[in-house]
Amino acid sequence: MSEPVSALNGAVSEGFARVAEIGPLGMITLRAKPGTARLAEAIKAANGCALPDARRITHAGDNSCGWMSPDEYLLVLPYGDVAKALAAIAAALSGQHHLAVDVSDARAVFRVTGPNADQVLRKLSPADPGALAADEIRRSRFAQVAAAFWPVDGGYTLVCFRSVAGYVMGLLTHSAQPGSEI
Amino acid sequence: MSARLQRGGRLINRSAQIEFTFNGKTMKGLKGDTLASGLLANDQLLVGRSFKYHRPRGIVASGPEEPNALVGLGEGARFEPNQRVTTTELFDGLTSASQNHWPSLEFDIGALNNRLSRFLPAGFYYKTFIHPRSAWKHLFEPIIRRSAGLGKSPEQADADRYEYTYGHCQILIAGGGIAGLQAALVAGAAGANVLLLEQTAHWGGRAPVDGDIIDGKPAEDWISATLQTLAGMENVTLRNRMMVSGVYDHGYVLAEERIADHTPGDGRPRKRLWRIRAEKIIAATGALERPLSFAGNDIPGVMLASATRDYAVNFAVSPGDHTVVVTNNDDAYRTAITLKDYGLEVTVVDVRQAPTGELPSRARAMGIRIETGRGIVKVKGCKRVTGVTIGLQAGEGGAVEEIACDAVAMSGGWSPVVHLWSHCGGKLIWDETRALFRPDADRPPLTHDGSAMVYPAGAANGALSAAAGLADAAAQAVLTLQSLGKEAGLTQAAQADAVEEEAMLPVWIMPASAGPELKSKMWLDFQNDVKVSDVQLAAREGYVSVEHTKRYTTLGMATDQGKLSNINGLAVLADALGEEIPRVGTTTFRPPYTPVTLGALAGEARGDIFQPLRKTPMHDWHLAQGAYMEPVGLWQRPYTYPRHGETHEQAVNREVINTRERLGLLDASTLGKIIVKGPDAGKFLDMLYTNMMSNLGIGKCRYGLMCNEQGFLSDDGVVIRIDEDTWLCHTTSGGADRIHGWMEDWLQCEWWDWQVFTANVTEQYGQIAVVGPNGRKLLEKLGGMDVSKEALPFMTFKDGELGGFPVRVHRISFSGELSYEIAVPASHALAFWERLYEAGQEFGLQPYGTEGLHVLRAEKGFIMIGDETDGTVIPQDLNLDWAISKKKEDFLGKRGQQRTYLAAKDRWKLVGFESIDGTVIPDGAYVIAPGTNEYGFRNAQGRITSTYYSPTLKKGIAMGLLKNGPARMGEVVEFTSMTGGVSVSAKVVDPVFYDKDGEKQNV
Repeated sequence: MSEPVSALNGAVSEGFARVAEIGPLGMITLRAKPGTARLAEAIKAANGCALPDARRITHAGDNSCGWMSPDEYLLVLPYGDVAKALAAIAAALSGQHHLAVDVSDARAVFRVTGPNADQVLRKLSPADPGALAADEIRRSRFAQVAAAFWPVDGGYTLVCFRSVAGYVMGLLTHSAQPGSEI
Repeated sequence: MSARLQRGGRLINRSAQIEFTFNGKTMKGLKGDTLASGLLANDQLLVGRSFKYHRPRGIVASGPEEPNALVGLGEGARFEPNQRVTTTELFDGLTSASQNHWPSLEFDIGALNNRLSRFLPAGFYYKTFIHPRSAWKHLFEPIIRRSAGLGKSPEQADADRYEYTYGHCQILIAGGGIAGLQAALVAGAAGANVLLLEQTAHWGGRAPVDGDIIDGKPAEDWISATLQTLAGMENVTLRNRMMVSGVYDHGYVLAEERIADHTPGDGRPRKRLWRIRAEKIIAATGALERPLSFAGNDIPGVMLASATRDYAVNFAVSPGDHTVVVTNNDDAYRTAITLKDYGLEVTVVDVRQAPTGELPSRARAMGIRIETGRGIVKVKGCKRVTGVTIGLQAGEGGAVEEIACDAVAMSGGWSPVVHLWSHCGGKLIWDETRALFRPDADRPPLTHDGSAMVYPAGAANGALSAAAGLADAAAQAVLTLQSLGKEAGLTQAAQADAVEEEAMLPVWIMPASAGPELKSKMWLDFQNDVKVSDVQLAAREGYVSVEHTKRYTTLGMATDQGKLSNINGLAVLADALGEEIPRVGTTTFRPPYTPVTLGALAGEARGDIFQPLRKTPMHDWHLAQGAYMEPVGLWQRPYTYPRHGETHEQAVNREVINTRERLGLLDASTLGKIIVKGPDAGKFLDMLYTNMMSNLGIGKCRYGLMCNEQGFLSDDGVVIRIDEDTWLCHTTSGGADRIHGWMEDWLQCEWWDWQVFTANVTEQYGQIAVVGPNGRKLLEKLGGMDVSKEALPFMTFKDGELGGFPVRVHRISFSGELSYEIAVPASHALAFWERLYEAGQEFGLQPYGTEGLHVLRAEKGFIMIGDETDGTVIPQDLNLDWAISKKKEDFLGKRGQQRTYLAAKDRWKLVGFESIDGTVIPDGAYVIAPGTNEYGFRNAQGRITSTYYSPTLKKGIAMGLLKNGPARMGEVVEFTSMTGGVSVSAKVVDPVFYDKDGEKQNV
């Protein structure tokens, strides 16, 4: 089998902030109603993270679990661990109505870093990075496409759909051009 | 003549000389100049020609209200028309050119219109539409198009870049004059998150020019101290060169930042459009001075009194050696005093009988000549002022005296800038004593919770003096804080020395009883050439509403949006109608406050990032193969892969034949894929699809149709059942997001108690169709799972491995051939595609595009959503009754399809068409029927929905809808093309042209 290739194969652009496509990264969409029995245990078993509150993201090492909607979570984990995690969720939630599905390849992930990384986001998203708590995730849009972002050390991680990875890279590169600092 | 004074100039740097050009002529300016002050310093009074009469025009104002002095700025890829010289900061190398002149600014043939002005009255355009009818098209329109209009469109792509930024604050303060600064001090001290925006490059507004004394010091000192204080507040952000363009619902504010207008080509974005969410807005936008309406008030050299003062104090530019200041108020005396201080000659003409206020008294004491009870009868001169005749304001225009002068400074009083207050519905009241409209505090624009959204402060609230303005700004900031539940710590405003001013005397026409000859030379709207006589004519012709008069006369409709003309115009209208001014009211204030560059509105959306282009994992491979791409929704898909020398048509024909005879490879990744899971998933899908899905066997595929509630066909695709409670629904390429939203809509809003989850996994997989008689050989060569007919029969799927790749293989066919649709994780899709391509060469594999896909499906009579359907077609029209369950109690669309019109027996139904002569029938062609309908159009009884040349059958084939179609097999019908061209005869045939029994796909 070939090695998995992310949408932009790790493209990087250096402006007043650094923009890097990262990945491939494992991602699981988990849908379950709040109050589903053993939900927290399922997430813990899948990637070690705690069940996040509304609009929050929890972390365990490099793994994360973001609250995407009242009945949807995004689990982030190493690409190779997805099958094992899906099995863990299935075991923990067996008999409970839920949906867990591998979306690792459906997404593109970017990391925007640098002291002014927030400015890159401010140009593209109506969501205010300044109002973001350290453990908060926002689903919003970047210019014309949907995207989610959360703060990480020295910047932000940003997730969009794979097919528009090139567009989002173009947006981020344009917005991080030297001389356009806000 | 206008010239640079030897001393003064608070904004210029005399040691930094720069060069610029106007109409090709090189001129010298100073750093800190605006283009306006630069032009005036070079005695360039004439800067443009008016819109309609091509009259010579000069600079009237010193700010964004300037109506006349619009130029084309820059050259080539940096050219921009209609730029106001008064707001353009001068830089070395600036190039500018006047507009609307032909052949030259000095000698303009269009000025003939001026002589013909009695033939171009108010409502001229409308009148030309009416009588005589033919004259508009052949006579008036061509002439008007040539002679009217201002700037020209740029001819090259813009060399600059632009961007958006989103801003968030609690209190947005528009205007960095002393009122805005005072409001920021109060709001900032209370800890509010404040964004203070100033449209110019300088803070403090007019106060330094007006010589205000604040807290015992010159205004300039207070301004710099305040800026320092504000800079020390972390919760306060100050940004200049940023114009608040509009206020919208719920505290949404648009602002345009001019970043590199004055430093073109320095690598920064030229402009940045800010979209700001503010909880509350303080409009400290100041006031604009009004002109006076006297004959010849548009001749170059006539300026607003405040502008005259600005040029002298800010830029050390005198508009003339002898200035006549004409006024109805005390404020204009500041201009007279300023000019006199510079040693220039001044005469004041005051319409009031006995002005005795502090400023007139000071002027008198300085020895300035003051003529009272008088006004200007007429300005002398053509391309520049040479003198004025003055007479009794109360008279008809009898001249008392002629005064030689080279500049006129006029002041008709001040109008608060109420635009931001008014954009979202704030109401105004007429202040009788000061003759101005100001915000009515009892009727503010409201925000989401019903509270006031905008607070006017300072001059914008009618508090015109520095003392009153500062006090008002502090008070308004306190109110704003209270509305946010914040306590103001600092409530005391800075104290400005009060200057006692007498009441102004409203004057709308000068002299009051002027006759028609004078009134036809009194300009109200300089940019659109609307005069007092035009508004009076409109009133005589029956225009009562100010909104109608505006459109009829074009008063206030130019790029300055009537900043100088609105109040004067409506006062003249009120007078002509015998009405009170507040009863006539104002026209509507709409954003933008001043014009916004189109590039700024486009922001980053240009070139590669104009629009998101969705790409499949194989996108770059297709491009490398020279594929011709076509848009499918936002996706880019290969239409065909032309080889060297091939036309697209030849390439498509080759791809179709190769797929039928050997092996084709199709990138079908764009196909929508939605997982539906849960105990109620089967029930849910039975409601969504017209046929049964709950009884689909695990590992099986079934084609399904989705209708909307009205019963019309909305989407189609193959559904597979993965396990007991999991299905995967394939949708059309363009339909994935829409259908996913449709599913969630029903689950969240209607059937919220059903246990079903969905997930859109469209982009998780690359989907590759291996199509053609050699398909199985290729997959067997790759090795892995069993793909034999026995192990993997038609309309089944299996998960497994091929060539080491994890795959899900579907035996489904949209071509009628042996076909495997293989889903592979997107991050492996390109590698898998390349493996197939390589390994398939020995079997004659060629990739094919969307057009080949269409031809293949049309030969088989398969319908395509969007071709055979258009939102008015039900499945029964397409003979798909077999896919509509009779057993189910309900499904979306069932009730709709029972309506009489949809259940009628004589609907247009799907058939095939074969042209008699074998040619391809034009797309969209209609089968005509006898007679005409109620609109006089030919009746029709059918139309083409898909039409292609079939390389397999070597003739034109088509599908279409025909009234009672299936009952008319063999009949010959006539098509007319949409353009009314030649008719084509065609035989009605079965829509399945190829392999009707489906033997080829089921092998």
